[in-house]
Amino acid sequence: MARFLSLVEAVQSNVRDGDTVAMEGFTHLIPHAAGHEIIRQQRKHLTLIRMTPDLIYDQLIGMGCVDKVVFSWGGNPGVGSLHRFRDAVENHWPQPLAIEEHSHAAMANAYEAGAAGLPLAVFRGYIGVDLPKVNPKIKRLTCPFTGEELAAVPSHRPDVAVIHALRADREGNVMLEGIVGVQKEAVLAAKRSIVTVEEVVDDFGPRNLNAVILPHWTVDAVTTVPGGAYPSYAQGYYKRDNAFYIAWDKIARERDTFLAWMKENVLEQGPEVFVAHVRKTLAVAE
Amino acid sequence: MGQPVTSYTPNEMMTVAASRALRNEDVCFVGIGMPSAASNLARLTHAPGITLIYESGTIATRPDVLPLSIGDGELCDTALTTVAVPEMFRYWLQGGRMTVGFLGGAQIDRFANLNTTVVGPYDKPKVRLPGGGGAPEIATACGEIFIIMAQSKRSFVAKLDFITSMGHGEGGDHRARLGLKTKGPTKLVTDLCVFEPDPQTREMTVTSVHPGVTREQINENTGWPVRYAATVAETKPPTVDELTVLRELHARTKRAHEAAA
Repeated sequence: MARFLSLVEAVQSNVRDGDTVAMEGFTHLIPHAAGHEIIRQQRKHLTLIRMTPDLIYDQLIGMGCVDKVVFSWGGNPGVGSLHRFRDAVENHWPQPLAIEEHSHAAMANAYEAGAAGLPLAVFRGYIGVDLPKVNPKIKRLTCPFTGEELAAVPSHRPDVAVIHALRADREGNVMLEGIVGVQKEAVLAAKRSIVTVEEVVDDFGPRNLNAVILPHWTVDAVTTVPGGAYPSYAQGYYKRDNAFYIAWDKIARERDTFLAWMKENVLEQGPEVFVAHVRKTLAVAE
Repeated sequence: MGQPVTSYTPNEMMTVAASRALRNEDVCFVGIGMPSAASNLARLTHAPGITLIYESGTIATRPDVLPLSIGDGELCDTALTTVAVPEMFRYWLQGGRMTVGFLGGAQIDRFANLNTTVVGPYDKPKVRLPGGGGAPEIATACGEIFIIMAQSKRSFVAKLDFITSMGHGEGGDHRARLGLKTKGPTKLVTDLCVFEPDPQTREMTVTSVHPGVTREQINENTGWPVRYAATVAETKPPTVDELTVLRELHARTKRAHEAAA
């Protein structure tokens, strides 16, 4: 049952050291504000699941919150490497990072299987490639009807799913539109969930009748963080700050510039900075 | 169309040559970066009816500027419809709806297998690359695969450190032996030339050389002994129209991505 909490309380009551956490959002609606709060609360030994680790996981990894990442594409889209992710894999800084690597198809299927309450996902994939040689969780099984060999991976069943949605109503039902990624599946696959939203409204009003709506009884914590996806975006609210994604490459390339940026912009700040980021972005765009 | 364009860069030649491979009736699963530029150039020139699909779930998208990421709002705003990511991979890709998958890569071998995972050993990588993303299944589920990559000895290698997505495997009937009915890589377009698979061995073979490029240049930038088809064509240079559309697209994109921050 959804409770309206502050972001601090939402993370305190739902994310524990050692948890498996899925923070999703496929380019759109990435829960950056919630990621920063997890860093401020210094959660440790997390296993993070995410299709596209993006800046948010670069930050969590670089700040030493993470023991393991389960992922399918770990880069800064259109820009290059995630330098903190690479530094952890290549040089074990700030600590060793275990990886469990999949393809997008496997990850998407594993979330869907988790939401469906199944132990595994079955799909046609991983043909003629090397990932099955280095990831023991990728198995083959034979279709009992046709004899076709298919790929199987375990379903994702995270302890916590964290997503950013556009709006919640007063009951705590939450709505997403646009590129909806795997967020519905991640929330329904998880034991607990935190949803940050741009705003809380009395009524969703006119909307696409097939908009993705997660009923209030499927989420645990709802918290209002305007701009909470920045530098990712929220359809109809603000655009992706592509210039910041480009700037991140330089910030994250060296350990000291990364740590200085995190101190100034995350450790010494709170969720309220996100609305300011958005205002600044919108002002420049106009 | 402005002044006639007399000069162009190798990168522009590559993008234009790659765009020409796409047909008006294609349904194309588009990778980010150079594949996206080539696909949109095709849509804005000879293939206005092409369906471009990005793995973020956007179907029949018509972006005015190139997306920096695979899921920029521009893709969703201009799409016919947007579906969830599991549906994209299950129904649309695995379901066999794509005629072409358009990929890039960090490393390629002579059978057009691609590596975007690691340089060096997997457990102790010299360079950790982003990984496969959608590519492993795109490479086997799409009707055929086009690849666009700038050529160098570092990227065109004799042996891949890791096979992220399958091209023609070990060559010959390797794909068929694995039960695949799709064609695999049918075109590899570089900044120097165009490769197509040999009908028997499936080794990528040069079928067209870009204007002004020599075989020595191609050989020097390839990590294996390059094979040439019996008849090698010269690639038609970019037309004024192609170059104008491409440059305007890049200029709009640059302005859009540098705004804000």
